[in-house]
Amino acid sequence: MNTKRNFEMGCALLGALALGGTAANAAEQITFVSQGGAYQQAQTVAILDPSAKKLGITINQDSIPDAWPAIKTQVGSGKPIWDVVDTPTGNCLRGGEQGLIEKLDFSKIPNGAAMPEAYRSPYSVSYEFYSSVLAYSQKTFPKDAPNSWADFWDVKKFPGRRALRNHPFATLEAALMADGVAPDKLYPLDVDRAFRKLEEIKPHITVWWTSGAQSAQLLNDGEVDMEMAWNGRVSAVAKEGAKVSFTYNQGILQSTSLCILKGAPNLETAVKFLNEAVDPVHQANLPLHIDYGPGNPKAFETNVIKPERAAQLPSEPANASKQALMSYAWWSSPAGEAAEKRWASFMQK
Amino acid sequence: MTTSVPDPSLKHQRREHALMLALVSPALLVILALIVLPVGWLAWQSIYHDGFTLENYRRVFTEDVYWRSFALTFEISLAVTVIALLLGYPVAYLANSVPKGWSILILSLVVLPFWTSVLVRAYAWLALLQRTGVINQFLRYLDVISEPLALVHNTFGTVVATVHILLPFMVLPLYATMQKIPGDLMQAGASLGASPSLTFMRVFLPLSLPGVLAGCTMVFVLCLGFYITPELLGGGRTVMVSMLVSRNVELYNQFGAASAVAVVLLLSVLAIFFVVSRFISLDRVLGQK
Repeated sequence: MNTKRNFEMGCALLGALALGGTAANAAEQITFVSQGGAYQQAQTVAILDPSAKKLGITINQDSIPDAWPAIKTQVGSGKPIWDVVDTPTGNCLRGGEQGLIEKLDFSKIPNGAAMPEAYRSPYSVSYEFYSSVLAYSQKTFPKDAPNSWADFWDVKKFPGRRALRNHPFATLEAALMADGVAPDKLYPLDVDRAFRKLEEIKPHITVWWTSGAQSAQLLNDGEVDMEMAWNGRVSAVAKEGAKVSFTYNQGILQSTSLCILKGAPNLETAVKFLNEAVDPVHQANLPLHIDYGPGNPKAFETNVIKPERAAQLPSEPANASKQALMSYAWWSSPAGEAAEKRWASFMQK
Repeated sequence: MTTSVPDPSLKHQRREHALMLALVSPALLVILALIVLPVGWLAWQSIYHDGFTLENYRRVFTEDVYWRSFALTFEISLAVTVIALLLGYPVAYLANSVPKGWSILILSLVVLPFWTSVLVRAYAWLALLQRTGVINQFLRYLDVISEPLALVHNTFGTVVATVHILLPFMVLPLYATMQKIPGDLMQAGASLGASPSLTFMRVFLPLSLPGVLAGCTMVFVLCLGFYITPELLGGGRTVMVSMLVSRNVELYNQFGAASAVAVVLLLSVLAIFFVVSRFISLDRVLGQK
């Protein structure tokens, strides 16, 4: 799939070269980059193809698991190839501060301007949502399952093996919620308090997982009885028949966002595309193809997503109201970066 | 042959040298382009970021995180080396003392795991060692244990899987060295009245030491840079140096912070090779002679 796309892109580039001066008359095009796999295919059907058709542009696709180093090198070289990137929101903010990402003019992005302020930044608009949730084995907990981070921390009431992500994102938030901080009062994070609370649970953590696949395997094999995991991973395991479930209660809502590389070759078209990509209807189509929630909350007002489907999605308003919305602005602030650096020494002790 | 005529064998030798150089030059170019230049570039980045800076190195030498990871990495490498030697020496000895057909079989069994990827082998160990894994289930079935043992997601699991992956690097140099020990020497020892164990201790073992050193160096050095195994089987607690390298790319958003760690690791490897080379020729470590 990807090689085919790359081939097509190669052809498009060759074509553009051959056309030379007349290229301006040719159809407008952009290069869009996401993370590949089932996720990018779902976007192609739900968002990219319909947007291309509506705007009459060509969207060349590329994919990369972690766009950050490539953004740095491309913009650093002065001649970026990519236009629009779908990447964890923190990258857009960091990139904006470091001059790697274009500042957005929201007067040209009405769909973005209509989104709540917490869902956008001067450099980016939310594209899709996932959540770090408390997942558990229904075999171990057929009823009275753990339902909050305080339950996760309560090893007497809920005995069993536990796993957390080997990363401070969402983990510090969970620790603070376990310590009684309300989901909407988390930021700025009290880092000392969070690490103190984590020290408490540390002896009871069997695995600190590093990849989503690993978190799924742990739950699927019964290696742990409860863990923090991404909602899409848990529902995938459940769909395959494993007796596992999760709660959105006190989940940590995280997002990827769209942003445009500084000096993007097709800046104007990129802005047009960015507006179209967060159109409520396109956005509403995304969860019909994959277990991620739309980045634009207006998608839930389009009637495209059936209520029973909406209830499964992390960014559905009722689900979202039970969760904490991750502040990428805090995580890319000096305090956030210091907390991230502190993580490794916490793990080693 | 008179002295006035140029030695034709010398001319022949020069032509052969030129030919050899021509033959290896593509490989040398590849090494230069794909290894020397990128490594040099990375090393450069570790001291140059908007001007010269030793900040990256100051961090490596002053922050506890690095010191602990280097200590842990050397500890694990040492443990893996000792275990691999204890397991590998008897295997190499056996392969050396049985008839050819058997030794080929033994050596193929040693090399066989090479054909599966490190990733697959790490997952296989997970299937064996985890709480619901084969070993724990078997032991519980036998009623040897009542609670599953913590065999993986810790340093123990990391060491076990790493030994498995690196064992061939121990066995092969050992076997190569043992092959060159003349069998007559054992017979000579026996004929002088020494017991088999004494001949082994006084004759065979000392003669096999270059192989021991070669195997240990290979295993130790390769283990220093292990990444996938500790990442998958270490449970997040086993933070080896290679993991700090990848963490630093994420954390500091520039390659210099990561490459400083890599440079320090590379220099420690070179230092080890230097020390070892004082005792035996490097060709031997690399299995050439």
